[in-house]
Amino acid sequence: MGKRTIIPFGPQHPVLPEPIHLDLVLEDEVVVDVIPSIGYIHRGLEKLVEKKEYTEMVYVIERICGICSFGHGWGASASIEGAMGIEVPERAEYLRTIWHELSRIHSHLLWLGLLADGFGFESLFMHCWRIREHVLDLFEKTTGGRVIFSVCKVGGVRKDIDAATLKEISDTLNALKPEIKKLTDVFLEDASVKNRTVGVGVLTKEDAIELGAVGPVARGSGVYQDIRLTGNGAYHELGFEPMIEEAGDCYARTKVRIRELFQSIELITKAVELIPEGPIDVPVKGNVDGEFVLRLEQPRGEAYYYAKGAGTKFLERMRVRTPTNQNIPSLVKMLKGCDLADVPILVLTIDPCISCTER
Amino acid sequence: MEKKYLIQEFEQVTPEQLLPRVKEMKKGGYRLGQACATKQADGNIFVMYSFDLDHVLHNLKVNVPADLKLQSVTGDYWSAFIYENEMHDLFGITFENLALDYGGRFFKVSEPTPWNPQN
Repeated sequence: MGKRTIIPFGPQHPVLPEPIHLDLVLEDEVVVDVIPSIGYIHRGLEKLVEKKEYTEMVYVIERICGICSFGHGWGASASIEGAMGIEVPERAEYLRTIWHELSRIHSHLLWLGLLADGFGFESLFMHCWRIREHVLDLFEKTTGGRVIFSVCKVGGVRKDIDAATLKEISDTLNALKPEIKKLTDVFLEDASVKNRTVGVGVLTKEDAIELGAVGPVARGSGVYQDIRLTGNGAYHELGFEPMIEEAGDCYARTKVRIRELFQSIELITKAVELIPEGPIDVPVKGNVDGEFVLRLEQPRGEAYYYAKGAGTKFLERMRVRTPTNQNIPSLVKMLKGCDLADVPILVLTIDPCISCTER
Repeated sequence: MEKKYLIQEFEQVTPEQLLPRVKEMKKGGYRLGQACATKQADGNIFVMYSFDLDHVLHNLKVNVPADLKLQSVTGDYWSAFIYENEMHDLFGITFENLALDYGGRFFKVSEPTPWNPQN
């Protein structure tokens, strides 16, 4: 047995835009144990249910994260709608699905850029983010925002998208496909990139299930799990099969996200073809008197939204469980046995979002 | 595609029934999705554990006794340490036999146990 050393990783680290701390127990340069610490910037947003009315909580929850903010707004709205027994118009469900898949595309492109930055491939990083700008432009055109959108509300959505703009979304994304293909081929085929990802940080299917892994982390380990299969939004009409890879390593998790980029474009294209005419919201009356647990497949994986009310304008609880929360135990498992030099890349492959975790 | 997200199963258990029921869930192949505590208008707290099997959700709810002590489920679901430490730091609930206990230092909060009804 080599000499044991404890190396602190984070909370400030070049690959971490947000603070998480890992105590890495090393034997020589091999990680043998990990103790994670979070909670450096806990914001107490859930506690604002005591001060914000249930309609206002949607905007609070939306601000949990700047990347998957649309999904958070949708999750909060839909959990309240579930507790109130509100049925949202079909057109609103389609619009929510289109915006949500746009979020997945820009989130995965952002992540690919961060991964490239993590292993020092600066030009690849910049190209990922350059393409992502086109998606943010579509958000700006349809919602008015690039980070926080505020288009979801209890009862539907606040803005419609006209037919010409829907076509423009579809055309823009389909025109981006060759560029995305050229870019993602580098991640999948370049020898220097594959050296950093193939066979690194393997999470077996059994461990992924045991530790409750979610999202691309679970699917990269061969777990058939995707909350879009529960049929929320327009997914029940679009048809959907999750992207699964079996190897469980960093390469597999990267490949799942890359395949999901193209799948999201297909889903949006189909949604643009099938979106029905009709209203985009329904009137909301009264207060929440009941409870509902809603799950969404955010770009990083399954997220929970639990709304509970007791008949007043304030909720008793608005709980948000984000995907990174659930993937931390899996991260601990996959770090054990890896080289110290691989830790930054491994941490990145769960696509950690500490903003989300620190609600 | 079936709208499975509309299936909402809530099962109330007592603190004594919690661990045996969790063991059954584990044996049945359920995945632990999340756990959270809720402070109700009357000041009482309940804890809810959410499980998933084939994309259908099943929630176990347990009322927390006045001494704010519950048995930890980390013996069956190790990953629950994330949620139980969070509930300890925010609600003041003590989980006995917690597999990875941060001793109140999981979250850095300016006010200790802000949701604790005894505050």
